[in-house]
Amino acid sequence: MSVFTLPQAAKEEALLKELSALVEHHREHCEPYDRILAASGYEPATSVAGLPWLPVRLFKNLELKSIPDDEVFKVLTSSGTTGEVSKIYLDKAAAATQTKQLGATVQSVLGPKRLPMLLVDTKAMLKDRRSFSARGAGVLGMATFGRDHVWALDGEGHVDVDAIREFLAKHGGEPFLIFGFTYMVWLHLYEVALAQGLDLSNGILIHSGGWKKLIDQAVSPDEFRTRLAGVGLTRTHNFYGMVEQIGTIFLEGPSGGSLYCPDFADVVIRDPETWEELPPGKPGLIEVVSTLPTSYPGHVLLTEDLGVVHGIDDGDWPGKRFSVLGRLPRAEARGCSDTYKEAA
Amino acid sequence: MTELQRLRDAFRTALDLPADAPVDDLRYQDNEKWDSLAHMSLIAAIEDEFGVMIDTDDVINMSSFAEAVRILGKYGVTIDG
Repeated sequence: MSVFTLPQAAKEEALLKELSALVEHHREHCEPYDRILAASGYEPATSVAGLPWLPVRLFKNLELKSIPDDEVFKVLTSSGTTGEVSKIYLDKAAAATQTKQLGATVQSVLGPKRLPMLLVDTKAMLKDRRSFSARGAGVLGMATFGRDHVWALDGEGHVDVDAIREFLAKHGGEPFLIFGFTYMVWLHLYEVALAQGLDLSNGILIHSGGWKKLIDQAVSPDEFRTRLAGVGLTRTHNFYGMVEQIGTIFLEGPSGGSLYCPDFADVVIRDPETWEELPPGKPGLIEVVSTLPTSYPGHVLLTEDLGVVHGIDDGDWPGKRFSVLGRLPRAEARGCSDTYKEAA
Repeated sequence: MTELQRLRDAFRTALDLPADAPVDDLRYQDNEKWDSLAHMSLIAAIEDEFGVMIDTDDVINMSSFAEAVRILGKYGVTIDG
């Protein structure tokens, strides 16, 4: 079972139809959205790249939802470092859909069975169950795909080598799942595995959260993969996603180096000055599109991240394959892994 | 204890409900205590109680007591009072 099946042409045809319908849906149910589109001279799109986008930052400034107040089931907030947070409103249907599609995406690489799971984080982060951080919510969302969960860090945030050893003694001989934020995996799992000679060869790592801290330490995504393979961890999948498009993640393929778009989502790379779509090989701003946002107009979002499409229909899975290169300079520093700064 | 009673108890324990709380009509999206953290406890409790290993899709779909009864049926556990 996979959600990475559609070649680019077939995907764009399906997405254009569904996303155009979503544009109309949100115009009808979200007044500020309708006004923004009217002000910018909206005309129906003839391509995915022609669909009207909102800057992701707008969710920090405006209450954008397409559901009545009494149907709001969950309000998600992003992790902002300047005090500004995005607010994302879900009704029951949107909440159920995002869980289901995230599940389908992750199962594309993990299969249907839940695997024993090592969480490279601390349980202390879930102490206040009324208000998880974005990091807590991310960890918890991913925990669904695991069983017999073990936390690699203790309550103080120190590596619990005994807990990791015990986990490996029990589950290390069969496939197991490792999840954590990229920086924490590097700092708290890779370095410890190397120093302690831990065998992670049956592990499948899923990680996310931005590369900035690692780039600062001169660790590139390639270097990360190579070094982790050195401690036996050859199956690693980075992913890119944001709370403003909850449930949609762009997942690194088995050969590494590229992120892929699930069937219900895509990316468009835009020139940051002209907003024109850029061809493969040219870096620009990443626009993310997804059919999942039905309760708020987050179906076409221009991010503040720079990225580049490497190729189309020429990789592990069909469609576009791309990389995230970092933040647009001067944009607000934001991202799940940055919250580690406060915890550290 | 019947299978039905065992399942009810698993729900009460995982969701931190009183021992006599009615649970047969519980639904994930309608109950405050049944959040995502409690859901993981619930799955673990049901797996322990009935000795089954529940697949990812079934974890996601187990959105009510009635669904839990149906899903357990797939794993060969018949819940009838």
